[in-house]
Amino acid sequence: MAGIFSAAAHIPYLKMERKAIGGAWERGSLAGCRSVAGSDEDSLTMAAEAAGACLEAAGREAVRGLYFASTTAPYKEKASAAMLATVLDLDSAMETLDLGNSLRSGLSALKLALDTAADGGKVLVASGEKRLAYPRSDQEQLFGDAGAAVLVGGGDAPVAYLGGYAVSDEITDVWRTQEDTYVQSWEGRFVTGEGYLRVTAQAIKGLLSQMGLKPEDINKAIIPAPDPRSAMGILKKTGLTEAGQAVDSMLEQVGFCGAAHPLVMLAAVLEQAQPGEKILLAAYGDGAQALLFEVKAQPVLPAVSLAQQLENRRAINSYARFLSFNGLVEPQPGEPFRLVPSATVTWRERDSLLRCRGSKCQACGTAAFPIQRICDNCRSVDQFETVRLSGMAGEVFTFSRDNLAGRPDDPVVVQTVVQMENGARFYGLMTDADPTQVELGTPVRLTLRRMHDLGGFHNYFWKCRLVR
Amino acid sequence: MGSIKDKVAIIGMGCSQFGERWDAGMSDLAIEASSEAFKDAGVGIEDIEACFFSTVYAPMGGTGSSAAADALKLRDIPIIRNENWCTSGHIALFEACMAVASGMYDVVMALGVEKLKDTGYPGLGMGRGMNPVLEARRTAPGSFALIAKRYFDTYGLTNEQGKELIGRIAVKNHDNGSRTPKAHFHNKVTLDKVLSAPVIAWPLGLFDCCGNSDGAACAIVTRADMAKNFRDDPIYLKGVGVAMDSTMPHLRPNFDWIHFGALMNSSRKAYEMAGITNPREELDLAEVHDCFTITELAIYENFGFSKPGGAIEDIRSGFFEIGGGLPVNIDGGLKCFGHPIGASGLRMTYEIYKQLQQKVDNPERQVKNPRLGLSHTFGGPPQISAVAILGNEKG
Repeated sequence: MAGIFSAAAHIPYLKMERKAIGGAWERGSLAGCRSVAGSDEDSLTMAAEAAGACLEAAGREAVRGLYFASTTAPYKEKASAAMLATVLDLDSAMETLDLGNSLRSGLSALKLALDTAADGGKVLVASGEKRLAYPRSDQEQLFGDAGAAVLVGGGDAPVAYLGGYAVSDEITDVWRTQEDTYVQSWEGRFVTGEGYLRVTAQAIKGLLSQMGLKPEDINKAIIPAPDPRSAMGILKKTGLTEAGQAVDSMLEQVGFCGAAHPLVMLAAVLEQAQPGEKILLAAYGDGAQALLFEVKAQPVLPAVSLAQQLENRRAINSYARFLSFNGLVEPQPGEPFRLVPSATVTWRERDSLLRCRGSKCQACGTAAFPIQRICDNCRSVDQFETVRLSGMAGEVFTFSRDNLAGRPDDPVVVQTVVQMENGARFYGLMTDADPTQVELGTPVRLTLRRMHDLGGFHNYFWKCRLVR
Repeated sequence: MGSIKDKVAIIGMGCSQFGERWDAGMSDLAIEASSEAFKDAGVGIEDIEACFFSTVYAPMGGTGSSAAADALKLRDIPIIRNENWCTSGHIALFEACMAVASGMYDVVMALGVEKLKDTGYPGLGMGRGMNPVLEARRTAPGSFALIAKRYFDTYGLTNEQGKELIGRIAVKNHDNGSRTPKAHFHNKVTLDKVLSAPVIAWPLGLFDCCGNSDGAACAIVTRADMAKNFRDDPIYLKGVGVAMDSTMPHLRPNFDWIHFGALMNSSRKAYEMAGITNPREELDLAEVHDCFTITELAIYENFGFSKPGGAIEDIRSGFFEIGGGLPVNIDGGLKCFGHPIGASGLRMTYEIYKQLQQKVDNPERQVKNPRLGLSHTFGGPPQISAVAILGNEKG
């Protein structure tokens, strides 16, 4: 039977206290804080960060499929899964698929992976979400940005999949048309009562009945909810209890992360999983789905725990910057770029630019990034093997804090030279850092980010970031 | 490698007023510098057999040598444009000297012009290279500032000590610039003012960075054996050295961001040609590439003016100040002239030329009886270095 080998979540480095958002509007605010994607993050990069952590822990072997789920994929037309498979440096002989539109798509992707990975291969499910709520709305405070990934496979997975139950339901409760920037919704009481609570409960009860289980047979119930009241309501409606089965909804410290939310919560729960536990995982959106798992053994954990990520964050206090990061206000432009956008160059140099591979000279051993056909040390020609640098340890060799180079809303760029563990140097930009905390020797890792949108498309490349 | 020592002489030079030349276009700057050079050499445009032209940004690429031809109405001769980062002006001079030394031409001109202040932006823009992402958000200060932290750390300086050390270079060059009418900036600054200025790319502050300016400079070059037909005090080319490196010297495992192959090799080649074995003692003055104060510091050591780590004491003791053992950037340097990229190498050579003739435009900064002077530019990320050594006597 198929199951889960590993799971990881990526919580952005930036957070915003909800009172700073409410305060900007001189209105009430909810408790806690929400995560905020950095100015160089989108649903794809957040998914990539989580998926990279997952694969670094569990290995890249036998990954035969990659499903990406998001309602905020960076492209309407052009799959993110293919980009993800490339930046994760996976073999091209694989199935890639994007799922979207529904807030349930993250869990649907997991279900699809469990159904299709039974032949011994593994499937990576990745999700990222960065939904925009109307300025001043409750959702503006409630939403969060995050990425998550789950590695699924057949055979003896440490977290076994036992069964699932799905409900399809047509309701116009929460939506975005092709033209909408912001999430729209119908009256709250209707949305909660006839949408979320009724249908999610139907799926959970359906699953329990199908599996012959009572609510108290479940050890942990992962039931994402769009708000704290609904999170309590669904427990009451299904006979599950806060003391018995409920887990952290992640609403207080992260916010509701749409399609990615069930996978973010799953990653959190698996960090604490004990053998023998039965885990219920549900998600709502145009129907609902509930899956049942049993922990057979400790799954493979990512190097950096969710708790560490939540601990190591930086608060932004400026609502103006928050709006600007989300593209909702246009600050004064900075100096123009002198770069030449080219889909051709990006494609031709994908091994370096996207797969993050450098070269290692087979004559003298010198490692370099990006890939060099002629070794700069011994000048031997075309005698190299390529080596992936993503996931590799590195440390700051030298840096400068450049106040000219940044975006107007994110003005300080730490220009950084990284000494990688294998001897290569990465000369690029640092992200997710308090620039005053950088010193020579500071440990860093590489991370995929959206650099800019020259040429009318998203230009992705690698930056370095501090180890959280 | 052969030598063109004493085979070529400069018989005339011109330099425009540098600064924010809202009043002057590229043509005006070219006319201003070349008119002075023609007058100084006693030649006319009809005497010029070839023109070596340097400009980097303006007008944008793909316009060849048209700007020089159109401005000066040069016709029926070759005009060869080069664009080699910050060394372009020196490369134009280098090409002019080789053209004359080859015997093909008798009188040629090297012309460097850069009009930076027509873009509507105060800076040079962001990013570099042909790759869409590799060098995104690179800036000149951010790139050169990478030297600083490595230097501080290698020689045990705290950040504060390091900033103060490079700050002294800014104070020196601003002091020098106050005696140079053609410079963009003439203001003296105190160390306190330098250290409390806004940060541009830490640890570089505002006064650690050169300005963006417009300017042009021009040299008329002939065979050394013909030079005295034009004037009594021609200035002879003693040595040249140009060295290019990859834009990514950090690909080499031992590259340390303090020692630059391009700097060391270009100066070594120029010293060898000029017969200089101890530049610290033998040179009377030097104009080096102070795009940023930390760059000038690195050059002291890479050029052998100071021993490794010795720049610290030399800066503190005033060795490179006017009246010191080896005055560097006695006209205020890029710090006070700004850096109109294609013009700078020729502008720096103009100062050496005038100093060696003892004809600088303000006697207060005239070095007493100089014999040998060096001019130098260093460009790219940094990557390419060009050195010219001039003397006022043959042999």
